[in-house]
Amino acid sequence: MALLEIRGLHKAFGGVRALAGVDLAVEEGEIVSVIGPNGAGKTSFFNVVTGLFPPDRGDILFEGRSIVGLESSEITRAGIARTFQNVRLFPDMTVLENVMVAQHCRTRAGIFQAILRTSFMRREEAEIEARAKEVLLFFGSRLAGYRFDQPAMSLSYANRRRLEIARAMATQPKLLLLDEPVAGMNPRETAELTGLIRRLRDELGFTVVVIEHDMGVVRDVSDRVAVLDHGVKIAEGPYEEVAADEQVIEAYLGRPAGAGR
Amino acid sequence: MTEDRGMIEGGKTASFDLRRILRWGLIAGGVPVFTAAVGMLEAFGDRLLVYPVLSLGYLLLLWMLPVAGYQVSNTPVLEGVEAPPKDFRNAAAGAAVGLMGGVVLAVFTALVNAFDMRAVFVSFSPRMVELLTRGAGAPAGLVFTALAPAVLGLAGGLMHLISSSWRRRLILAAEWVVVAALLEQVISHVLRQIRLEAASDAVFTQRALEWWAALILAAAAGALAGRTRGGASRMRERLFAADAKRRTRNSLILAGLVLAFLIVLPQLLGSLLSEVLANVGLFLLMGLGLNIVVGLAGMLDLGYVAFFAVGAYTVGVLTSPISPRFALEWSWWLALPAAVVMSALAGLLVGTPVIRMRGDYLAIVTLGFGEIVRILFLSDWLSHTFGGAQGVQNIPGIPLGFTTVSGVGPEGVLYFALFFVALSAWISWSLQESRIGRAWTALREDETVAEAMGISIVKAKLNAFIVGAVLAGFAGALFAAKVGSVFPSSFELLVSIIVLVVVIVGGMGNITGVAVGAVVLIGVLGGPNVPGLLHEFGEFKLLIYGALLIFMMLRKPEGLMPSVRRSRELHSHELTQDAWLQKGGVFTGAGSSGQERGEG
Repeated sequence: MALLEIRGLHKAFGGVRALAGVDLAVEEGEIVSVIGPNGAGKTSFFNVVTGLFPPDRGDILFEGRSIVGLESSEITRAGIARTFQNVRLFPDMTVLENVMVAQHCRTRAGIFQAILRTSFMRREEAEIEARAKEVLLFFGSRLAGYRFDQPAMSLSYANRRRLEIARAMATQPKLLLLDEPVAGMNPRETAELTGLIRRLRDELGFTVVVIEHDMGVVRDVSDRVAVLDHGVKIAEGPYEEVAADEQVIEAYLGRPAGAGR
Repeated sequence: MTEDRGMIEGGKTASFDLRRILRWGLIAGGVPVFTAAVGMLEAFGDRLLVYPVLSLGYLLLLWMLPVAGYQVSNTPVLEGVEAPPKDFRNAAAGAAVGLMGGVVLAVFTALVNAFDMRAVFVSFSPRMVELLTRGAGAPAGLVFTALAPAVLGLAGGLMHLISSSWRRRLILAAEWVVVAALLEQVISHVLRQIRLEAASDAVFTQRALEWWAALILAAAAGALAGRTRGGASRMRERLFAADAKRRTRNSLILAGLVLAFLIVLPQLLGSLLSEVLANVGLFLLMGLGLNIVVGLAGMLDLGYVAFFAVGAYTVGVLTSPISPRFALEWSWWLALPAAVVMSALAGLLVGTPVIRMRGDYLAIVTLGFGEIVRILFLSDWLSHTFGGAQGVQNIPGIPLGFTTVSGVGPEGVLYFALFFVALSAWISWSLQESRIGRAWTALREDETVAEAMGISIVKAKLNAFIVGAVLAGFAGALFAAKVGSVFPSSFELLVSIIVLVVVIVGGMGNITGVAVGAVVLIGVLGGPNVPGLLHEFGEFKLLIYGALLIFMMLRKPEGLMPSVRRSRELHSHELTQDAWLQKGGVFTGAGSSGQERGEG
């Protein structure tokens, strides 16, 4: 059984058909890239899967269970976490707090336990902090040490992207959706992040779906590539195969003049 | 800050440019004219601060002049830029500004003297002209009216020529004298309580400090300035830097001392001041509750007084022997949990429909709810339960076995207020430092992302509403026992707004800040229906509130005691690494909070 199975997903915004019948299956332990030209519906695809918008039609099965109609917080709780294309951290919270707050759905202490400072609550707080530090240390020294207590907005751009991934990891998901994780990074940072995406799967066992424009990254990380264009999946398969696909090339480069169909 | 940039580019002379002098001159003239025109000069002309030279009226009239005289040539020293040297020109600019202010004031005085405008402006009276000319009458005294401000402006300008440590000493000395004179009532009362009537009588004459006492106080304050600086932090270090065991012991001792002080405090202050402080406590309770809703969870609730009303009415209806419907005559102790439950329910009721609303919409809808609650209590339809406009009366105090605590003995109420404030501060703090508080903060920063990170918006928002409502319920229950009767008119919109102002001026999101706000606004100025220490401000209270609020929003939007996070947010442009790029409009990346941008 696939970890994530999407059947005939439709979503329209007014007259714009963002998704027009997308099917996709992601097996556990896979890294799948979703690519496509601008406006192909990639981010809409993520938004619908994570419950930001309800789909018009179609079904999304996660671990065999439909998650259509759930609140996005419930979907996160079920085990899908994401990052955002235009980095959306909690800018005034510290680096550590950003990661601590993401464990909300995995912890339980309520109002009364917080007020009474029960031993359960204090133990849980300590665990939250320890786990947050553990997650941040996955990124080496970049988000660790004195950076723990810095406000997120004071981070460099690349570190903000890293912190967003750390925050998604802290929700303890099975499936990570990364929306253009290397956008705006220099080649060195890109290479580092490429390695990191593999480590997310190899060391931590996350299943990863990546939206990416950088074809180098797509080639290096993905087991499989799905290509979207105008809300429709036009190709799927290993990178080499997809890269040679006529329809994909056409989607990216346009039809040669006079080739009319 | 365009003039600052001009200063750098134009070199030294630019800080004395004519436009700047004109602008400050107009400010220096406008503020006194306004103060006199609204009648503050007359109203406070007889309230002496320093006997026999300075009255509160003159202080309010003229304080702006030395400030403007100083500010006109005060330029921020930027890193890497050499500070322009100070010379006589600073003093000259101050004098020019002062003179301009004086001329404006003199023209105003002459106009008031020449035309009788009392039909429109009640305070434009001969008495005002007399005060403005220091008793010399119109044509002759106008010279004085024009020149005295010039001297004050010159004094402000001269402040540039002395060293910064002396400047600090002078300012501190002036502040101490004014504060001591304003708090005459408190000081003389405390002196009397510790049997120093003679000292009190000697120092104060007609409620004002004797001039020699003012001089001694100023000298003492000036001499001590700078000594205490850093002392507090060194003390804290010595107390808490030690090992864990000593630290707990020290903090226990400290807590004990504070407790002992608080127990003695009401006895020392007497009933009048205890009354003031009890009111501060009530507003502080509401402030803490609203701080959770607005400061932590970021939901602007303008109908917060509704929860206060529900708490008060619950206690009233359940305890009063003549409550229109029930006459249950419960004890206050039984009614308190009922009040808590009812206000929590009210929080749930108001919270549920507005969960999905954001920002402005939420503010307007809560405003409506607040009014609906008040109108329901006032309505004929429910008057057989809540007594309509007559309200619920004869609410007994809090029975304690040996005595009953009620408004008759405000010391007792103060003890209760202190207890509930401590409880609420603990609740606020412990929630803030928990996963619930973190969820609130995330919610305030970016609702969509918070939800995507697994935080249930519905639960988090309702939590905030309910906890906030319960704290207001405490305040309401205490209020009912203190006042002995509740009327719909005690729960007007103004109360919600004043509580919000307390939170904003104090420092949103910060418990200490809210406390400072409540003490400064409610304690010193007074609340909507309650007098503060400076009850002479009376009718001008709201004017001062408004002025203070505008000033704070312009100059210190994070409040007097800002929370770290809030000031980060408001000064983010100074913090982000991309600050320079952002200013140039080159880069507009994520950095501000809560932005909604199209994706995909």
